[in-house]
Amino acid sequence: MDIWNQFVQLLFSGLTVGSIYALVALGFVITYSITGILNLSQGDFAMLGALICISFVNSGFPFIIAILLSIVLVMIIGGLFERSAIHPARYSSTATLIIITIGAAFVFRGIAIFVWGTQPYALRPFTGNDSLQIFGAVIQTQNIWAIGISLVSLAVLYFFFNKTYMGKAVTACVVNPFAARLMGIRPRKMSFGAIVISAGLGALAGIIIAPISGASYDMGVMIGLKAFIAAVIGGLTNAPAAIAGAFIIGILEAFTEGYFSSGYKDAISFGLLLLVLFFMPNGIFAKASGKRV
Amino acid sequence: MKENVLLQVHQLSKSFGGVHAIQGVSFHVHAREIVAVIGPNGAGKTTLFNVITGILRPTSGSIVFKGVSVVGKKPFQLAQLGMTRTFQNLQVFENMTVIENVMVGLHTRLKTGIFSAGFRLPRVSKEEKQALEQAFACLRQVGIEHLAFEKADILPYGMQRLVELARAAASNPSLILLDEPMAGLNPQESNKLVEVLLEMRSNGMTFLFVEHDMETVMSIADRIIVLDYGKKIAEGSPEEIAQHPDVIKAYLGEEEVI
Amino acid sequence: MGLDVKKIYNGSTKGSLLVAVVLLVLPLVFSTNNYLLSTMIMIGFYTIVSTGLTLLMGYAGQISLGQAAFYGIGAYTSAYFTTHFGLSPWLAMIAGAVLAAMVAFVIGIPAFRLREHYLALATLGFGVIVFTFFKEWKEITGGLNGFFGIPPIRLFGITIQTDFQFYYLVWVFALAGILFARNIVRSRVGRALLSIHGSEVAANSLGVNITKYKLQMFMISAVYASIAGSLYAHYVTFINPQLFEMITSIYFLIMVVIGGNGSIWGGLIGATVYVCLGELLKEIVPLFIPNASGEFEIVFFGILLVMMLIYMPNGLSHSISKIVKRLLPDWRRKNESMLVSENENAGSVGGERL
Repeated sequence: MDIWNQFVQLLFSGLTVGSIYALVALGFVITYSITGILNLSQGDFAMLGALICISFVNSGFPFIIAILLSIVLVMIIGGLFERSAIHPARYSSTATLIIITIGAAFVFRGIAIFVWGTQPYALRPFTGNDSLQIFGAVIQTQNIWAIGISLVSLAVLYFFFNKTYMGKAVTACVVNPFAARLMGIRPRKMSFGAIVISAGLGALAGIIIAPISGASYDMGVMIGLKAFIAAVIGGLTNAPAAIAGAFIIGILEAFTEGYFSSGYKDAISFGLLLLVLFFMPNGIFAKASGKRV
Repeated sequence: MKENVLLQVHQLSKSFGGVHAIQGVSFHVHAREIVAVIGPNGAGKTTLFNVITGILRPTSGSIVFKGVSVVGKKPFQLAQLGMTRTFQNLQVFENMTVIENVMVGLHTRLKTGIFSAGFRLPRVSKEEKQALEQAFACLRQVGIEHLAFEKADILPYGMQRLVELARAAASNPSLILLDEPMAGLNPQESNKLVEVLLEMRSNGMTFLFVEHDMETVMSIADRIIVLDYGKKIAEGSPEEIAQHPDVIKAYLGEEEVI
Repeated sequence: MGLDVKKIYNGSTKGSLLVAVVLLVLPLVFSTNNYLLSTMIMIGFYTIVSTGLTLLMGYAGQISLGQAAFYGIGAYTSAYFTTHFGLSPWLAMIAGAVLAAMVAFVIGIPAFRLREHYLALATLGFGVIVFTFFKEWKEITGGLNGFFGIPPIRLFGITIQTDFQFYYLVWVFALAGILFARNIVRSRVGRALLSIHGSEVAANSLGVNITKYKLQMFMISAVYASIAGSLYAHYVTFINPQLFEMITSIYFLIMVVIGGNGSIWGGLIGATVYVCLGELLKEIVPLFIPNASGEFEIVFFGILLVMMLIYMPNGLSHSISKIVKRLLPDWRRKNESMLVSENENAGSVGGERL
């Protein structure tokens, strides 16, 4: 049953990494929908979340506190980023704003090198090193945590956006900022909120993947880019599609690495990006026009 | 004026989802005519314009320009065929001078491509010089040649409209569409523009325009087409239109037509 | 009234000639300073790439995050064709340029139908894919071990091997590239590009095929990068994939942002500033932070990028021309570049949108 074991193993591996991409991809979608900006530093929020959490844990903070504090801290960093780099440039062209986020990504990475150096760090798994046997394959509990927490967060956010007033207010800003303003909702605050929430999502993603793949200053690059591809699959505005895309990418990568060679892992995902861009620029599952108003 | 038909629009319709912006509109424009399209707000004039000029694709119907069907053609292709336009909300190139604006109008008549430009072949220099002179002549035709080397964005509104007109006319098109050319002009500027339009027409130009300013429409249009709720409700000379019961009804509560 | 075409062209021929002369005389003065010569050679390569990218970003208003891929295509094509087929370096360079243009065409055609920022994504993806191929196609590229033994270039019977000789080779190309760009800008093509910036809908209505021009500029930028890559390969005689990673594309982007999007000299200015700042950092940083690694560059340039885009979005070339304008009162009246009017740059990279 080795083939089957390997298959399940790779599947879970893919789902795990896919769930990380899903959280970060959701951050992309939220940011893009509300502000129209492609935040190419999104992945680095994951990196910051992971490394900050590791530092807290190593300083003796209780595990749960460390996690929560890290997420909050990264959200604060996100807010600062929005105020200092995005807000002053808000009337610039989209191209300019994209490049600004690239610059910001560098800054985050540089700060990470400065504080933590270039070596990789480890975070202990949430509930120890046990593993489960699922369909004959050995799955680490951390993987289950990753997938589980991710799905729960996604469900919470879905509830927020679709069922609560605040969530609908945010959606209103996306659809018609002018009308939203007439109703007393403030789109400018939404930009701030969007990035802060995305930062939080990114941080959470980084924290739950750290016990599995470690944490280092450059882990955000590929996470961000892959999540980004997932967001594009969803046409950049369709959250459920982006999440589905994220899991697809995660699984695709895992299988490429497992069955072919790890060298092509990245190329496959980016190849998918080009395919989607060229043949279905509004995303595979795009709603309506997918155009941010 | 029984000259050849330049533009023929037949059963043209455009819908946006359930909204029928224009329905079954048909008319034609002869060479050297000045045809106006009027109608109350929301009648579909802008949509009609945008469909004819290739910005929107019609839901159904045909548009034939100089005997060629042009449905689905993009605006730049229409320019090559000899149809240009001006814009209601002024789309002057503010990052260029007045004369450069008009030189862009000559784009379809010039030939330089990337390689001839990059290697600065002799014909490029010659072409540039000719283009400059031609553009200057266009500016002279509308009377603003003294502003040729000013940056376009510093000009007063009325002058910018003239720049747009000169630019649209530079390539010597067969038909120029004007989108509310009188909008925002003071009486003096309006008169100047009318003067220019009439002179251009006597030199062979054809105009189709959308306008709200009834005085202008009545004074220069050869024929008027009236739209209401997306449909053509009347067509005729200014006198006929002024007395047309459907037109008066459509405008009831708005401007007086007579 | 004597209509002089020069009245509508900005930029001064005298100024340009001066820069060219300085560049060509430099090595005669500093012929023994190999450090300076080799630095200037690197600036030369980067100038070529950046000038091409400036045409794309500044004049066509598009972002490419994959120029390093074209740089690499030129380098590897030259490397491969000269070693495995014994082809003349000049022919190999042309082959590389043609390949780069074709790839740009293939990527560009679909990409330009999409929304503006999608080219950025497409080039990002394409850059990673090309990098992966450089890494994995070991038979052709040597993979991560790199490609050794690239032969030198021969010109008029002389083998170009010293820094002194290579300096002239690179800078003749660089200046030729700038001249070519200048000619494009001062023609119907340049006006068409500007008009796209001014108002896409109006440009369209006047016959400007917007997609065609964006695509052409993308292909030109690819050719520029490829030629630079070919020259680079013959200079260093050893190349490996890491030279053509995404970060290199980002650095090219930074050069263009620094140099500014409104002038054909933007590429040269940006490349010069980038290299000089890089060298400066290498000297200064260890004084303050003893065990800082080379990655400090990344932070610095990241911050610089953001600062420039917020406070000096039109780059240095714009500021420099303003200063020159004040110093030389007989500078042509409209020398601030056509693209730029303070912050009223519609839709170009770096400028504010109206």
